[in-house]
Amino acid sequence: MSGAADFLLAALTVTALYAVATSRLAACVRASALQGFILAALPLALEWRDGLAPPSPHVLVLAFGALAIKAVAIPALLLRSIRAAGVRREVEPMASLHISILGAAALVALAFWIAGQMVPPFRLPSRLLVPVAVANVLLGFLLVVARRQAVTQVVGYLVLENGVFVFGLGLASHQPIAVELSVLLDVLVGVFVMGIAINHISQAFDHIDTTALASLRE
Amino acid sequence: MRTAVACTWAALLLLALPPLLLGIVVRVKAIAAGRAGAPLLQGYRDLARLLRKTPVYSGTTTWVFRAGPIVALAATAAAGCLLPLGAGAALLAFEGDLVLFAYLLGLGRFAMMSAALDTGSSFEGMGASREAAIGSLGEVAVFLVLVTLVVATGELSLSAIFAGLDAGGGNPALWLAAAALAAVLLAENARIPIDDPTTHLELTMVHEVMALDHSGPDLAFVEYGAAMKLAVTSALLVGLVWPAAARQPIALAGGMIAVAVAIGLVESAMARLRLPRVKQYLIGSAALAGVALAAELVLRGAA
Amino acid sequence: MTILVGAFLLLAVGACATAVVRPVRAAPALAAIAGGLGCALGVVAGVAALARGAHEIWTVAWSAPIGSLAFGIDPLSAFFLVCVFAVGGLSLLYAAGYFAGEPDARSAARAAAWLQLLVAAMAGVVIARDAISFLVAWEAMFLASYFLVTFDDRDERVRSAGFVYLVASHASVVLLLVFFGTLARHADGLAFAEFAAAPLAGRPAMAAFAVALAGFGIKAGLWPLHGWLPEAHPAAPSPVSALMSGAMIKMGVYGLLRSLAFVDAAPAACGMALLAVGGVSAIAGIALALAETDVKRVLAYSSVENVGIVALGIAVGMLGRAAHAPAVAVAGFAGALLHVLNHGLFKGLLFQAAGAVAHATGTRDLNALGGLLRRMPATGALCLVGAVAISALPPLNGFASEWLIYFGALSAGRPALGGGHAAVAIAAVPVLALAGGLAVACFVRLFGVAFLGEPRSPEAARAHECRPPMIAAMALAAVACAAIGVAPGLALRIVAAPALELAGSDATGLAPAAASLAAVSRVVAWLVAAAALLFAGRALLLRRRAVARAVTWDCGYAAPTPRMQYTATSFAEPALEPFLPLLSVRVRRRPVTGIFPERAELDAAVTDPGAAAIARAARALTAPFERLRALQRGPVQLYLLYVLLTLIALLVWQVRA
Repeated sequence: MSGAADFLLAALTVTALYAVATSRLAACVRASALQGFILAALPLALEWRDGLAPPSPHVLVLAFGALAIKAVAIPALLLRSIRAAGVRREVEPMASLHISILGAAALVALAFWIAGQMVPPFRLPSRLLVPVAVANVLLGFLLVVARRQAVTQVVGYLVLENGVFVFGLGLASHQPIAVELSVLLDVLVGVFVMGIAINHISQAFDHIDTTALASLRE
Repeated sequence: MRTAVACTWAALLLLALPPLLLGIVVRVKAIAAGRAGAPLLQGYRDLARLLRKTPVYSGTTTWVFRAGPIVALAATAAAGCLLPLGAGAALLAFEGDLVLFAYLLGLGRFAMMSAALDTGSSFEGMGASREAAIGSLGEVAVFLVLVTLVVATGELSLSAIFAGLDAGGGNPALWLAAAALAAVLLAENARIPIDDPTTHLELTMVHEVMALDHSGPDLAFVEYGAAMKLAVTSALLVGLVWPAAARQPIALAGGMIAVAVAIGLVESAMARLRLPRVKQYLIGSAALAGVALAAELVLRGAA
Repeated sequence: MTILVGAFLLLAVGACATAVVRPVRAAPALAAIAGGLGCALGVVAGVAALARGAHEIWTVAWSAPIGSLAFGIDPLSAFFLVCVFAVGGLSLLYAAGYFAGEPDARSAARAAAWLQLLVAAMAGVVIARDAISFLVAWEAMFLASYFLVTFDDRDERVRSAGFVYLVASHASVVLLLVFFGTLARHADGLAFAEFAAAPLAGRPAMAAFAVALAGFGIKAGLWPLHGWLPEAHPAAPSPVSALMSGAMIKMGVYGLLRSLAFVDAAPAACGMALLAVGGVSAIAGIALALAETDVKRVLAYSSVENVGIVALGIAVGMLGRAAHAPAVAVAGFAGALLHVLNHGLFKGLLFQAAGAVAHATGTRDLNALGGLLRRMPATGALCLVGAVAISALPPLNGFASEWLIYFGALSAGRPALGGGHAAVAIAAVPVLALAGGLAVACFVRLFGVAFLGEPRSPEAARAHECRPPMIAAMALAAVACAAIGVAPGLALRIVAAPALELAGSDATGLAPAAASLAAVSRVVAWLVAAAALLFAGRALLLRRRAVARAVTWDCGYAAPTPRMQYTATSFAEPALEPFLPLLSVRVRRRPVTGIFPERAELDAAVTDPGAAAIARAARALTAPFERLRALQRGPVQLYLLYVLLTLIALLVWQVRA
């Protein structure tokens, strides 16, 4: 049922846009958790699109893994970091919120254009797959670039990784499972590193504003 | 090859002769200075007297101090067992024993230097430091001479080398090597021109000052060890210069006595060199040995 | 093979367990038990493989990137496994005692976990049989050791030492990539078996050998590529220094020996080049060790010297092989391999003793120590064993391995072998003699100034003995040194298989050396007997006399102080003096003025010309890149914006093309 997959992919893009548009940290984290749920359901939707064949075990494992890590574990860690650091709202971002929303829209358009130019070598499960993947990557980058708070930057990184993951899903039947596992591991490592960084930043600076890291130059 | 008689001669040469050699050196120096000098057998009497005495140990020293002279003496004796000493083949000869010979003497040096540093006195430290410098440069010269011998005879055991020299006859390169070995012998045994064994100014001593704090039986071991080292190294030199003597104990004894007389004469004729000059002396003898090696290689290559 | 897998599993599981165990204080002990057991299994596996002469290869299918990874074991790998696991086990045992009192227990637990991973990574390097697995294990080894070197990262010097180590290691990886890339292109594959089947020849082979020598030489610490060694080894905690100096730099030696099979270069020319490099390393290393006053820097430079000696042995072996002289080749390779094992044992022992001293006194400055033998009797006695062993004196193990190299070099001088290229090998003899003489001076200085005499500072006077696991580890190493020294013939059997394979000879090449080493045991027995006889004789003589006590003869000085003792610097000065024109010495002085001087100062420091030259070259190379600093404005977001723009540009460009 390609319809369900298309719906999920569209929802993914919308949640990414929401993460860019909001200025409340908890909302941003919850958006990324929602992305996790969507990603957990996506492999099942893609496998089930052509009728009644039940999903293979490795797809179920993939879905469950994505659920556990991206929808539950990582958002929980991030919410804990937010509570520990004691901030609620994003301070004045690098680019103002209006500009970020406009930029996000431009990036989504760019993503669709790029995907339109790409010719996949084999039939993809859904036409929206590549555009949504590229869009997520670019939106994740935007979050990282245009925000000051470390938590938002972690969320941006997660959105970026989700885009890569979606791209990998499209090629899942043609690539061995090692690719997916490596992507998941990548995310885990990235979040732990950022978690440690947030921890140390908040300990050293009493807040998690990354502009204080501007002294990182010689 | 090694009969009981030969073993007895070897034991005599290694164990009984050394104090006599020292006595000869002292007597020759005295005669050259116009004095009568001490009796030739004075060395034995001195050793017996020291063995009867009670040692005095400093509170700073530990077991390292008490072990030093013994390890040095045992190492020198073991090195002596690697030389033919008039028996044709040494007691413990094997291929490659020349390396062990040099390193056993090095073990003796290590033990004496450690014992010296154990006293916590700046004099002994100074002696140990100078001994370390002299030893490191002397090793190079000794090994260059040994390599020359290996190239000359094609043998790897000291006993076989002396047998080979006996058969092969001398050549100019070997005379150069003998001269280098004689120079290093003076350094290894702490004779003039490297070190003055009769000085009583501590700042001018090298070997004597390392033994400054030893007393009683320990001092006996130190003195006896020094005498044995002189006997062993002079046996090596005699074997190089007069290979036939390596198989006749009496000739060997005569050769060692001749070396002792020569040392006495050199000591009477020269003064001690200043320390920077000592290093140049050692580097010069190493260079001489290197020249001997090069000459030997050229001669062998042409032959 | 199952034993080996068991060893790896124990180490891996032990590492994970150590990282997460509660209470955190138990972590180092857990590491010692689990890791120690794993290392013991590994030693057993290695010895068993040597005994049965194994030559096995196992492939593991791994889809990316080349289809399969190959691992294998052969005599050379088995021998290095024995070295790695033996030194690793001793280091883990020592670490249990060293980290036991560490205030920051969590860092200690992490360090213990990294130690186990380091041992596993080194073993992985040794059994890797294709370029990918080799390089992965190499990088893993580097990562684990990097985190261990920067254990104390609050100290600025430790951080900068870690940085130097980072740069040096990655320089070596780049060179190895070039080397393996060249080989892969020539042999059309990535497995070692393919490299060995189609060796390079001629000019490309010489160039490849030079690259391999540089790449592995950085890791091994050959002069002048050794600059990271005297920085990294002292900065790391002592169990780590012991493991790094004892086993990790030997991985460079292992790599060099492996690449001998891939490169069919004129062995004579390469052998001579290696002879020169090894000789310079040996002498420069020990001369610089004499010039240092930090205990661990002395030991680090001494490692440079010993790697030079190993290189000399390999060079003698290569020259012997080129001249078809099996006695020379076998003795040279056997000596080099045995020295790898011996150095691991006695350098590990010495670093552990240095760690105990630093722990007890709080200082590593030789000129502040003294009189420690009374206060740390066990550590001192074991350090003496290590010092005698590293000076290559009979009756300990250092003599056995250096003797083998001497034997090989001297055998090359026998006219029966026809001279020519092989005769160059005799140049190793005076070099070894000089290095040996200086080593005796250096280690008498180290042991004597630190442990003998009177304490030169209050910290030294307050020293206390270290904990039992540390003493146990040192004692085990000392026993191993003594065992190899007393029975070198047995030790020769361990290195026989790999040495014979490297020399390309059959068992007859080993016979002369084996017979002689058996004779060495006899001489050692006589030596011990003579010493025992003398001890007994003296005891007999003194049995009824009361030994008197006094102070050291002080020539009538009224008040000698411990500061009047010879310092480490003054001890080394006569021995070092001929080399001073070659080293750069920085002297700072405030001279004596007036008849009753109040204060005078002298500070002399020797710097390493090789490392200084490389540092200057590196700075000159990176100077043009300084202008790119303008791109670095500060906020992290700006850098990520650069990445985003580049990504978009690439995407657009790709879809257009």
